[in-house]
Amino acid sequence: MVAHLLSLKWRLLLNGFRRSPGQIVGIAIGGLYALGVVATLMVVLVALRWADIETAHTAVVLGGAAATLGWAVVPLVASAADMTLDPSRFTTSAIPMRQLLAGLALAGFIGLPGLSTLAVALFTAATWWRSVPAVAGALVGAVLGVLSCVVLSKVVTTATASLPASRRFKDASSIVVFVPLVLMGPIVAGVVGGVSSSTDYLPELARTVSWTPLGAPWALGGDLASGNVGAALLKALISLATLLALFACWNALLRRALVTPPYSGGSGKRGGKLGLFGLLPATPTGAVAARSLTYWHRDPRYAAALIVVPLLPVIFLFQSGQSGGYSRLMILGPLTAFVLSWSIAADVSYDNTAFALHLATGVRGIHDRLGRALACLAFALPVVLIFAVGPFFLTADWGWLPGILGLSLGVLLTGLGLSSIVSARYTSSVPLPGDSPFKKPPGNVAQTLAVQFGGMAVLFVLLLPELTLVVVQSVTGDPSWGWINLAIGTLLGAVLFATGVRIGGRWLDRRGPELFAQLSINR
Amino acid sequence: MSVQLPDSSPTVPVPALALRGLAKRFGGKIAVDGISLDVPAGSFYGVVGPNGAGKTTTLSMATGLLRPDFGAAFIHGVDVWAKPLQAKKLMGILPDGVRLFDRLTGEQLVTYAGLLRGMDREVVAQRVGELLEALDLSGDAGTLVVDYSAGMTKKIALASALIHAPRLLVLDEPFESVDPISAANIRGILDNYVSSGGTVIVSSHVMDLVQRMCDHVAVVAAGRVLAAGTVDEVRGGATLEDRFVQLVGGGNRTGGLEWLRTF
Repeated sequence: MVAHLLSLKWRLLLNGFRRSPGQIVGIAIGGLYALGVVATLMVVLVALRWADIETAHTAVVLGGAAATLGWAVVPLVASAADMTLDPSRFTTSAIPMRQLLAGLALAGFIGLPGLSTLAVALFTAATWWRSVPAVAGALVGAVLGVLSCVVLSKVVTTATASLPASRRFKDASSIVVFVPLVLMGPIVAGVVGGVSSSTDYLPELARTVSWTPLGAPWALGGDLASGNVGAALLKALISLATLLALFACWNALLRRALVTPPYSGGSGKRGGKLGLFGLLPATPTGAVAARSLTYWHRDPRYAAALIVVPLLPVIFLFQSGQSGGYSRLMILGPLTAFVLSWSIAADVSYDNTAFALHLATGVRGIHDRLGRALACLAFALPVVLIFAVGPFFLTADWGWLPGILGLSLGVLLTGLGLSSIVSARYTSSVPLPGDSPFKKPPGNVAQTLAVQFGGMAVLFVLLLPELTLVVVQSVTGDPSWGWINLAIGTLLGAVLFATGVRIGGRWLDRRGPELFAQLSINR
Repeated sequence: MSVQLPDSSPTVPVPALALRGLAKRFGGKIAVDGISLDVPAGSFYGVVGPNGAGKTTTLSMATGLLRPDFGAAFIHGVDVWAKPLQAKKLMGILPDGVRLFDRLTGEQLVTYAGLLRGMDREVVAQRVGELLEALDLSGDAGTLVVDYSAGMTKKIALASALIHAPRLLVLDEPFESVDPISAANIRGILDNYVSSGGTVIVSSHVMDLVQRMCDHVAVVAAGRVLAAGTVDEVRGGATLEDRFVQLVGGGNRTGGLEWLRTF
C-alpha cells in the first residue's frame, strides 16, 4: 500500500509535466532554481567543515530551524499546499491508517521541496566530517529533522484543510495576513539590526533554538563534534519525541478529517442580541450608523482597512528609530485622518446591490450619508486625536501641537464630507461582499482610478488653508499660526462636513436609482 | 420627448398598482415595451412570463428601483416617480437577484429595515419577533444572514419587506429555491395578508403555483402584456400552463431527438 501511494504520487508528478509546454518550462525553471540553491547550500556546508565548531553549529542549527519553520508556514500563507494526495480523496477507499500515514509521509518527499530539503540535510554530514560520532549524529539528525519537516507540514495542512471552507476562517485569515505584510519592513530591519548590533546574537540564538523542537535535530552533529554527548542524547530524545508527537497529532487529525465532511454551516443561534442596533438611537440615521459600525468589524473588507491603523504608528516609530528623529511622527495624525475618512469614499460600492434596501425603504439621502459618516467618525475621531497628540510625548515639540491637531481634524472632517459626496455619485470597483480583501475586484479600473485620484485632488484643494498655515508656521516658527490652524481646521472642517453630507444626501435622493443601476453592473 | 399615454390618471376605484405605458431600453435592446396594467386592491396577482420577458425590469420600475424611460407607475394613486418617499411607504418589495446586508444577523437585518423606515424601536422589536416566529426563523435569528441557506435568505428578505405592514407587496420570484414546507408557510402568510385587504404581486415562471395561488394573472413576454385579468378569464378553460405556452408560442417542438429513444 505504501508503495502504491508512492507510485501514485510519482505518476501525478510526471503527468504534471505532460499538461502543457508552459508547465514544463515553469517546472524546468523552478527545478534549475532549486538546483542552484541546493548546490550553493551544499558548497556552504562543505566549506563549513573548515570553520570553527561554534560558527558551523550556529549556521546549521539556524538554517535547519528556518527550514522547519518554512515547511510549517509556507503552505498556510501561500495556500500552495501540495494537495495532490489530499487525504480526503482517500475517504472512500479503505486504507489502514498506519499505512496511509507512512505512505503519505514518504510521498511528501517526492517533489522539489522534499528532495531538496533531504539532500541539503544529508550534506550536513560533510560539515561534521570531523569524527565518526559527529557524522553519525548529523545523519540521524538530518533524517529526524526532514521527517519532522514533512510531517509538520502535513499536520498544518490537515488541521486547516477543513477550515478554509468555513466562512469564519476565511474572514479571519484574510485579515490576519495583512499584519505581517504591513510589518514586513520593521521585522526585517529588526532582525538585521539585532545581528549587526552584537556579534554574540546569532550563536546565542542558535544555542537557545537547539533546545527547542525546531532546532534540536540539527544540533546533534555539532554537539557530538564538540564532545557534548549528554546534550546530544537529550536533543536526540527531544527530536524523536517531537516526531512521534507530530505523527500522533497527524493521526488524530486525519482520523477526524476522514470522517468529517467538508464544512457545512454552523448551528443555529437564537436571537435577542441586537448589538449596536439596540444601543444607537432608533432613527434612520442611527440605524445606518449601527449597520456601518457592525460592518467595520464584521466584514473583512472593512476590518482589513481597520487593522492597518494600529500598525501605522509601529511603522512610523520604526522608521524614526532608525533615522533618529521623531519629527516625522507628526504626520501620523493627519495621515490616519486621511486613511480613515477616505475609506468611506467607496461605501456604497462596498454595499453592492444590498443598497437596494436603502432604496426600497425610501430612507432620506441625508440620513444615509450622515449615518455612514458618523459611524466612521465615532472611532476615527478618538484614534486621530490620540495619534495627533501621542508623538509630542516623544518629540516634546509642543509648539506644533495646535497646528497638527488643526490639520488632523481638518483632514478628518473635510475627508468625511467629501467622501459622502463621492460615494453618493460615483462607484468604484471594490472586492464583492464575501470576497477576500485581496481579490482583484471586477469592473472598470479606469473609472475607479479617476474617482479615487480625482477625489483626492479635490480633497487637497479643500485642505489648502490648513496646509498653507502649516507651511507658514514652519517658515516663521511662530506657534500662534498653529492656534489659528486649530480654529480653521475645526471650523472649516465642520462646515465642509455638513455641506458634504447635505450635498451627498441631495444627490442620493435625486439619483438613487441611477446609482443602484451602476452598482448592479458588478454584482 | 413626450408621449400621449392612453390614460394617464388612475381610474376609480383606485387600483393598488397602476402601470401606464412603462418602457425601458438597455442599450439597443428594448426590455419593456410599453406595459400598462391595473392590479386591483385586495388581489393576489401573478405575473408570469418566460425568462427575459421583462418581469423583473417591470417590477423594478414599478417599485422605484429602476427609472423608466417612458411611462408612469402609481401605488394606490401615488406616482412612484414623482413622490417616491410617499409611494415607498405603501409598499414592501422583495427584489430578485439582489444582495442583502448579509453580515448582519437575521434579527438585525429585519430590525434595520424597520428602523430605516423610521419606525419605533418597540414596534420594530415586537414585529421582528413575530415575523421570525411566523417564518420559522427564530431558531436562527442570531445567525449571520451570510450563513443562511438560500431558502432562509428569501424568507428573511420577505420579513424585511413585511416589517412596516405595507398595503402592497411586490415579490419577485419569492419561491425560488424555497423548500416545499417553507413555501407553504409563506403562502399561508400571504393568503392571510390578502384576505385582510392587502395586495400581493408575485412574479414566477411556475404556472402551477400561480394557478393555485393567485386570483389574477398577467402573461408577459418580450416586454409586452399578452393577456391580463382573473386567472379564470386568462386560462379560458385550459390549464394556465397550456394557455401560457399557446400565448407565448414556441413550445410545440416535440419532434426530433429520435435518438433519445434508442438507448
